[in-house]
Amino acid sequence: MTADCEVILTEELRRIAPEIAVESIDRTADLREEFDIDSIDFLNFVAALGQRLGLEMPEADYPEFHSFDALSAYLQKRV
Amino acid sequence: MSQFLMPSLGADMEAGTLVERLADPGDTVSRGDVIAAVETQKGVIEIEVYEDGTLAEWLVSIGEAVPVGTPLAEILKPGEPAVEPSGPRAARQPSAEPAGTSAPAPQILPKAGAGAHPRVRATPAARRLAARLGLDLKSLEHDPNRPIYRADVPAHPNRPEPASPLDMRAAISAAMARSKREIPHYYLSHTADMTPLEDFLTGVNADRPPQDRILAAAAYVKAVAVAARKYPEFNGSFSDGSFQPAETAHVGLAVRLRGGGLVAPALFDPAAQSLDALMRAIRDQVARVRAGRFKAKELTGATITLSSLGDRGVDRLYGVIYPPQVAIVGIGTPALRPWVYQDKVMPRRTACLTLSADHRASDGHRGALFLNEIGRALQNPEAL
Repeated sequence: MTADCEVILTEELRRIAPEIAVESIDRTADLREEFDIDSIDFLNFVAALGQRLGLEMPEADYPEFHSFDALSAYLQKRV
Repeated sequence: MSQFLMPSLGADMEAGTLVERLADPGDTVSRGDVIAAVETQKGVIEIEVYEDGTLAEWLVSIGEAVPVGTPLAEILKPGEPAVEPSGPRAARQPSAEPAGTSAPAPQILPKAGAGAHPRVRATPAARRLAARLGLDLKSLEHDPNRPIYRADVPAHPNRPEPASPLDMRAAISAAMARSKREIPHYYLSHTADMTPLEDFLTGVNADRPPQDRILAAAAYVKAVAVAARKYPEFNGSFSDGSFQPAETAHVGLAVRLRGGGLVAPALFDPAAQSLDALMRAIRDQVARVRAGRFKAKELTGATITLSSLGDRGVDRLYGVIYPPQVAIVGIGTPALRPWVYQDKVMPRRTACLTLSADHRASDGHRGALFLNEIGRALQNPEAL
């Protein structure tokens, strides 16, 4: 499941920020700054992840989405 | 019989390229239907028809760049019999012919492209399509007396491409240079406590799935629209030497585009919409804009602009007014700062609101009241 979550996460990030390669980012830095994601794109991104993985992705959990690695770990724990 | 014209989508537009025909001759069309798409410096714009009737005939071919005002199609009124081409064709000949194929019509798009690639003349759409397909423009067969159009590039994809950064920059340069040349701006700023809005949104969104959540931007847009009702001198257009207030506030929300540039398409009458409806409108619009697709009325319909830095920005921005509008409201990034609340200094989330306004239409005193009104509306988000 570890690999699946990362694949889905990477796919959804590519949909929103196609010009940024996941390999080139700092996976522990602020996810929205690394991918230059504004609040509306972030909402769409969270909605897409929630729908694909069957998760609620509540706003209260947003602090756990702060970096690529943190979000990946969050998803793996719940899927 | 009437004519469906290449519209003017802003003061800077001289010409556009017909890139899609979304109705066929014989189709019934109703006022408001999108029947064509036109490529301009700002991207692909969907064009609506303004009357009911039947599409008789297309007068301009796909890929043709024509000046503003050129008839694109003929529309028969309801009940009007279809006529043989001979009569109306003769009638339209003078207007359509020079605009269409033969005359060297003013063409913004080829010019913008030509600057970047001096050897081959081609429209930006043709360049992008060719680039994506890996084709060399020089290898394409075309009439050397005109630029290469998108239609000349084989294998059309359906998805429209966003305007290139170069075209976008040219459009922004033209509008902003005109603004700074013509509009005597004055600037105000005001810090407002955003904690009530943050708490309100946290409560509303707690039990909602992501796609139904409301973002602060929806509240900002509505607050501006509501305040503009009370202060009409910030809502409207300045043209021909005088200010014309608008009856309704249509707020242009500045949307940044990936790859450079921004646009501020109109959200229509936000004051009359619930935050939920407004949020849906914003999401729909941002998705389309980022895909390079607008409706014509969105590009020309705004009566005031709002620019929000979002939550990864800096303290404040002073916007440049988008002519012929007379005001732009800026919202800085909300941040926790020391603030006096109920007689105690406390950490509160505050944001700096700014107003850039046109001195030909208003004065700083009224501007201050207007900005205060926006701040006050955001203190009471339940009422929005």
